[in-house]
Amino acid sequence: MSVAALISSLRTGLVTALAALVLAICVTGTAGAQDAASEDALKAALPKLTERSFDVKGQAIKDISTSGDPRALDLLLAIQEGDLYYRKSDDLIVYAADAESGYDIKDALTGEDLGNVGKRKVKKISINNQLRSILKGAIGSLELMSPNPDQRVAAARAMLSNPTADAMPILLTALEKETDPAVRDMLDLAKAALEASIGSVEDRLAAVEIMAGSMNPDVWAILGRLAAKSDGSGSEDETTVGKAAQQALNEIEGQKQVFALVETVYFGLSLGAVLLLAAVGLAITFGVMGVINMAHGEMLMIGAYVTFVVQQLMPNHIEYSLFVAIPAAFVVTGLIGIGLERSVIRVLYGRPLETLLATFGISLFLQQTVRSVFSPLNQPVTTPEWMSGFYEVNGALSLTYNRLYIILFCLIVFAALLLLLRKTPLGLQMRAVTQNRAMASSMGIRTGWVDAMTFGLGSGVAGIGGVALSQLTNVGPNLGQAYIIDSFMVVVFGGVGNLWGTFVGAMSLGVANKFLEPFTGAVVAKIIVLVLIILFIQRRPRGLFALKGRSVEG
Amino acid sequence: MKIKVNKMLGAASVLVMGLAAGAAQAADTIKVGVLHSLSGTMAISETTLKDTILMLVEEQNAKGGLLGKQLEAVVVDPASNWPLFAEKARELLEVHNVDVIFGNWTSVSRKSVLPVIEELNGMLFYPVQYEGEESSKNVFYTGAAPNQQAIPAVDYLMSEAGGSVKRFVLAGTDYVYPRTTNKILEQYLIDKGIPKEDIMINYTPFGHSDWQTIVSDIKTFGSAGKKTAVVSTVNGDANVPFYKELGNQGITAEDIPVIAFSVGEEELSGIDTGPLVGHLAAWNYFMSAESEANDEFITKWHKFIGSEDRVTNDPMEAHYIGFNMWVKAVEAVGTTDVDTVRQAMYGITYPNLTGGIAVMNTNHHLTKPVLIGEIQDDGQFEIVWSTPKGVIGDAWTDFLPESKNLVADWTAPIMCGNFNITSGKCSGQNY
Repeated sequence: MSVAALISSLRTGLVTALAALVLAICVTGTAGAQDAASEDALKAALPKLTERSFDVKGQAIKDISTSGDPRALDLLLAIQEGDLYYRKSDDLIVYAADAESGYDIKDALTGEDLGNVGKRKVKKISINNQLRSILKGAIGSLELMSPNPDQRVAAARAMLSNPTADAMPILLTALEKETDPAVRDMLDLAKAALEASIGSVEDRLAAVEIMAGSMNPDVWAILGRLAAKSDGSGSEDETTVGKAAQQALNEIEGQKQVFALVETVYFGLSLGAVLLLAAVGLAITFGVMGVINMAHGEMLMIGAYVTFVVQQLMPNHIEYSLFVAIPAAFVVTGLIGIGLERSVIRVLYGRPLETLLATFGISLFLQQTVRSVFSPLNQPVTTPEWMSGFYEVNGALSLTYNRLYIILFCLIVFAALLLLLRKTPLGLQMRAVTQNRAMASSMGIRTGWVDAMTFGLGSGVAGIGGVALSQLTNVGPNLGQAYIIDSFMVVVFGGVGNLWGTFVGAMSLGVANKFLEPFTGAVVAKIIVLVLIILFIQRRPRGLFALKGRSVEG
Repeated sequence: MKIKVNKMLGAASVLVMGLAAGAAQAADTIKVGVLHSLSGTMAISETTLKDTILMLVEEQNAKGGLLGKQLEAVVVDPASNWPLFAEKARELLEVHNVDVIFGNWTSVSRKSVLPVIEELNGMLFYPVQYEGEESSKNVFYTGAAPNQQAIPAVDYLMSEAGGSVKRFVLAGTDYVYPRTTNKILEQYLIDKGIPKEDIMINYTPFGHSDWQTIVSDIKTFGSAGKKTAVVSTVNGDANVPFYKELGNQGITAEDIPVIAFSVGEEELSGIDTGPLVGHLAAWNYFMSAESEANDEFITKWHKFIGSEDRVTNDPMEAHYIGFNMWVKAVEAVGTTDVDTVRQAMYGITYPNLTGGIAVMNTNHHLTKPVLIGEIQDDGQFEIVWSTPKGVIGDAWTDFLPESKNLVADWTAPIMCGNFNITSGKCSGQNY
């Protein structure tokens, strides 16, 4: 270790020590020989971590968090992250970091470097879910003094979801010093959550009052527990508090329902976006060209596999991999599409039944090829950091990022496709050829070339859809099969030959599905949607947006 | 890649040899039929099991074969097509004259093979956890019965270590295994005093990929103030989007743990397990089990398959136990005759990979330990709980009124897979 590093680590050590000292003073109100006592408490707690019993370990974690020693927080974080090990030879607790072979270990108490050891020489301090929640609460109580307000909010929230009575004094001191309003609100809630179960009736009623109107699911859980006693099964006090809690819950219920409605619409739109991405390629090959392309699903699958390959090629830049995968998937599947059109579909125009059989055969061929090249197992496609997690509007409504991005992406792809068809020479030629091949040909359009380009475009867009699907579902040889039926459903329902029809069709099917699902379950919802579509097609065989004019007869 | 191509050529040549040299070699080799899908939807799970049997056969041959003869694997591909399973089973028994079959994954494929294997008196080892309610004279069930997986898992959740769960979501794919398992579990939970309104049952279609609503419902169901857990019988492919949605909606294992019966190491290898840490699975085997036999098995598997990245899982251990028990039984009686070997199978023991001894019972189910593991961020499971000793597989569950009185015992005097102990009648082949 260099001198500068030593100084800086000394400095941070000093700061943490000071902070802990402040904490210790605040908590107990006495200064003095605290350091020695807290170190003893820590030292006494550590060996318990090597025990097999999770109860003993849980006690050890509580002891560490209340020891007041400055090293407690780092220790607890390391347990949570799975970086804390013990040496099998002498049960010494160590931090371990992955090295090229084995682990580099450091004494957890003194920080002394103990060199590299083999994987089997040390054993991880394993935790289970029970310990994870204890840890969360313990870390929360230590991080309440953190200088970062976001961390303090998170800490207060952690204490709210794992309320323990011994956290009360820490909470009170934190509340005394806190100036940030967001943190204060959360701390108030956490305090109320504690008081609701331990204080006097007045305190508890006041606590319920504070919690009423909160949109935090942890608060609902606490209110729910209190409300369970409102039927008079507990003592008289408990019944009074329970009734108040029930009242508060009823008030929240109305708000929750509004947000639930918004959530369902969001779910519906995101399902619609997925359907649209899966179907929009088919809307071109089937809708515009009239080719019943059973291999469409495999284009989606190949797009997803391109994402996988791109991620394998740039393992250190996963965050950007999707931006590379999108054009790559477009080019790869587009070229495959052109190849297919020139070699197979070209000779089958005007013979829909044969086209169906041929493309179905191609789809089986592509599936088994992928199985032979990549193995039949699913391939892991990593979701970039920026696509994980959710944006929390409040406790009742949170929007998952991956769905949000997919809705946006789907709109962009759709808009680009519309522009291409409406505003470019290629788009003009495509529309001309599909409307009247003979006339277009006599106007000097190379219809064969346009056919190949159109099919390539449809396949390429399917490939892009595959990139999006790789973020939601399994990347395996069967990916395409799962979406081919849905894609045809959307295109037929929306109206063949009309991109807007596909758009409206996808979105309305998505929303309808999501509104049905809570009442009927996923299986029946799907059946109802299919039956509705059959009925609809009987009434309007050409779908929502039927093409008008002579081309309809063609 | 090269290794894989060689492997496939190897498998293909075994197949061709089996076809071409069938009659000529019949006297010189003992034939082991492998009835696992190598294409179609189930290839994802079953290909590994085919490789496991090929490895075990190779290993046995290296030890000098069996009864002085070499073992020969006959691989057929039923292509995830349930009726084709019956045809391929017939082909194995009638054309190739195999002495034993290792195969099947889904229950529906097993049900399709049953009439054939009973008519031709074959012997099938079935390595996957299943819904029970069956015991055929011609099948040895080396996977878990419900009382070896589902019931202990729920017991664990209700215990203090499992978080004293009071509210349960039973989520499953819509087919026979989850429906039967959930029926058993629901009855069991009600018997344990869980009120009906605290049990939510939900089914989804095969390959379901849009889990938003269901996960959101689970979240709401879990915010009612009682500790909630999900018991998942969701099948293979639908799991990845399910877990992804759980992670995205911020449901962690401390809030609402999910315990799964169909998610093992193999299923996790196609998924980033970071957000799943702490979710659970119940099996009779985990790759992370610490024992010398397991280390040795993993090393051999990696060498055979030519990749250090491949994982081992519970059905592989079931095949390992089943194959070795069969070898032991054949050696004991000195013949591969099905009826003689079957008699020798009863009470036969073999060490399982997690330490301890597996026993084949007269109801054709194994005695095995039950383990609960928590998912770790490296795609492995940390074993957090296990039964103190082996649990005897129960063919007919005690928790459903219609099967409460049924037992299976293929030794005298009962000699029946479906014997009613109150009426004293054997319902024959009607499972």
